[in-house]
Amino acid sequence: MNFPPIMRIRVTFNKTEAMRYTGHLDVQRAWERALRRANLPLSYSQGFKPHPKINLAAPLPLGYTSIGEMIDIWLDEHFTLETLKSRISAALPPGLKITALSEGEIYGPKLPSLVEGAIYTITLIENIRDLKARVDTFLSKDSIIRERRKKNYDLRPLVHSLSIPIDNANQEQRLSVELSAKPGATGRPDEVLYALGLDPYDAKIERTTLLLKDE
Amino acid sequence: MLTPTEIQTKLNRILPKVQKPGRYTGGELNQVVKDWDAVDTRVALAFPDIYDLGMSNLGMAVLYDILNQRNDVFAERVYSPWTDMENAMRANDLPLYSLESKHALTDFDIIGLSLPYESLFSNALNLLDLGRIPLFSSERGNEHPLIIAGGHATYNPEPMHAFIDAFIIGEGEEVILDVVDCFQNAKKQNHNRQATLRALSQIWGVYVPSLYQAQYNEDGTFAAIQKLADDAPLPVQKRLVPKLPPPLTHFIVPYIDTVHNRAPIEIMRGCTRGCRFCHAGMVNRPVRERPVEDVLEAIDNAIQSTGYEEIGLLSLSSSDYTHALELIEKVNQRFGEKNLSVSLPSLRIESVSVDLMDSLKNNRRGGFTLAPEAASERMRKIINKPVSNQQLLTTAREIFSRGWTTIKLYFMIGHPSETLEDVQAIVDLCKEVLQVGRETIGKRAQINAGVSTFIPKPHTPFQWVPCDSIEQIIAKQTLLKKELRGRGLKLNWNNPQETQFESWLSRGDRRMAEVVYQAWVNGAKFDAWSEHFNFDAWIAAFEKTGLSPEFYTHRQRPIDEVFPWEHISTSVTKKFLTQDYLWSLEGRTRIDCRTQCYACGILPTFKDLRRENPGDIWQCPEVKAKRVKVIK
Repeated sequence: MNFPPIMRIRVTFNKTEAMRYTGHLDVQRAWERALRRANLPLSYSQGFKPHPKINLAAPLPLGYTSIGEMIDIWLDEHFTLETLKSRISAALPPGLKITALSEGEIYGPKLPSLVEGAIYTITLIENIRDLKARVDTFLSKDSIIRERRKKNYDLRPLVHSLSIPIDNANQEQRLSVELSAKPGATGRPDEVLYALGLDPYDAKIERTTLLLKDE
Repeated sequence: MLTPTEIQTKLNRILPKVQKPGRYTGGELNQVVKDWDAVDTRVALAFPDIYDLGMSNLGMAVLYDILNQRNDVFAERVYSPWTDMENAMRANDLPLYSLESKHALTDFDIIGLSLPYESLFSNALNLLDLGRIPLFSSERGNEHPLIIAGGHATYNPEPMHAFIDAFIIGEGEEVILDVVDCFQNAKKQNHNRQATLRALSQIWGVYVPSLYQAQYNEDGTFAAIQKLADDAPLPVQKRLVPKLPPPLTHFIVPYIDTVHNRAPIEIMRGCTRGCRFCHAGMVNRPVRERPVEDVLEAIDNAIQSTGYEEIGLLSLSSSDYTHALELIEKVNQRFGEKNLSVSLPSLRIESVSVDLMDSLKNNRRGGFTLAPEAASERMRKIINKPVSNQQLLTTAREIFSRGWTTIKLYFMIGHPSETLEDVQAIVDLCKEVLQVGRETIGKRAQINAGVSTFIPKPHTPFQWVPCDSIEQIIAKQTLLKKELRGRGLKLNWNNPQETQFESWLSRGDRRMAEVVYQAWVNGAKFDAWSEHFNFDAWIAAFEKTGLSPEFYTHRQRPIDEVFPWEHISTSVTKKFLTQDYLWSLEGRTRIDCRTQCYACGILPTFKDLRRENPGDIWQCPEVKAKRVKVIK
């Protein structure tokens, strides 16, 4: 643990049903524990109380699932990506699943600073007859002022796109929304639902992609 | 009753709207799920407080593991929902369910209820009610699960006798399997509920309260217990595990934060010091230690199966573990470079403890905890915890000089015969320790005094003595609050009403069950949570039943009083407890019983077990081999 890290990896993963209600810090802890079970030498920060060097891209609101989460992990030893993928996969708890794994530059930019946006798929539990009209009205506006944590803000510029996908095999109604995710300019899908006059508790929300700046 | 699928559907709608929904989902790493229809016996292990607390209970985790190792048994977990979830469940007609398979409580064969402390009694009733199980044992039929309770509070089971079908008295690891076998056997023979309970009563360590009846004297004191079945045991002997098996390491790892979010490993059971206020020290005899190798291997396995970053090495008195230094050295050798934090609670006031803590890295952040329990020499002799102030100050100096800035000192007020001078001694001692800290590290030195109030417990040498009244407690706390403030001093204390409440439940008799029931009707629940504790609900319950709280809490019992818990035997004899109590009045102490046996009663009761488990498996003297009569 006294050496600088030897390897940095970037993992793309799913956060599924079993961990829907696990918050950001607890997801981080779940990764830390999985790596310890996998007996991989996680790097630690120096100092009085060393912290494991792992870094999640962006918090996912409680209750959402995701098929596009990302985490950076620093290790004190070098392994092949195949070895890492199989050892970590075997140690992950139900609710986390690796979809891709790559090696990154040890001192490259931090993952959270690269996140620019996120795409969500929203599945509505009950059918809304005038959904298309509501979406059109939303998109026609230049500004949608909403209040969150006692502060007013404009939701509209945070919504890069909003659509009703047509490739839907099920009968369920769905929405696809791309939102800004930058410091001080992060849009929340539940806010979009409120603005559409819908109750987020009547919807299942999944993050499908995190959009990163080019490194 | 709802099916698991129906329950899951309702949950999907409810969970997004409650606080910390992760408490109610299950599905964690290492949870066990079996085919419901492929097992013979389904057991719900229920802890009557929230998930965050219940998941940290080692006893529950051990029983879960033991039961699930059997192919014919499926054990699942159940916890109390927090009040917001309870409201949502009641509003949506959702019964209490198991986390693993989402079956309603009524679908189970056996509910194993954990009762480690008395303040869970009202929650236990609420849990049964949420599970739609009749609260009174007498109202349950063959179609209902058996309600079996165990845990430290059940050494006096009587306040809960009306609600529980059978109690486990003592250690659960072995008896739980006997209970399952007996239950399966009874089922095969088509026994009804009564016959099943009768069969269970024959197991060592099982108490079936409906097979007994209590009698009282005219003055309201307890007279005697009477058997209602010829073969019901009297007394009911506690169960113990003669040799501790290797510790549990395959823990369920929660997805959300819990109270003790770590792997607990019990290194030793019992304590040889014999502090007279200490219930755990009396009921957990004899002292049994786990070998160092077992503990090291357990840490290894626990890391592999859980990935926990913290290991808690548990016992009632860590520095009394014979190989404590060796253990810590080896822990460091093996795990020192792994960013693993190892905690070693319950250390004695001596420099060895500081050496132990010093060798454990990453541990300086929490402060160093010492528990002198009393501050005057006189008082310490009465409670049989003879530590000199000099020893405490030397230890404190050592702690500060090795880098700790905070010392937590635990005391109790309300010990027998305590005066305001003894309380003043707590103030003086805290200030002396702070002074030592200032001399050693300057103004950073911090003393946190935790002063709780003594509650006389059954089966201890202080079972005869009154608990302080609210007025006495307030007078003592006022003194402490006035004196223990300013820079470097912090005081924590208990609500005197909560002390009264625990006191009447601890030494309650069968009539107390009516009070527990009425209190629950009046809305009592989560009594262990200060923000929910409802003193008025309990006082109203006493009024309704015509019983007096003072009778249970403030009465000095005559030395020859018969206690309502005497038919439950911890094997520490009443003769020993009586003598120990009388000695306390003279200020006579009994030092560590590792060095000298004081004949508490354990050895004569369990001499055969001791003979089968020789040497340092127990920290009691050896029992000589059976004398063989030589016939000429």
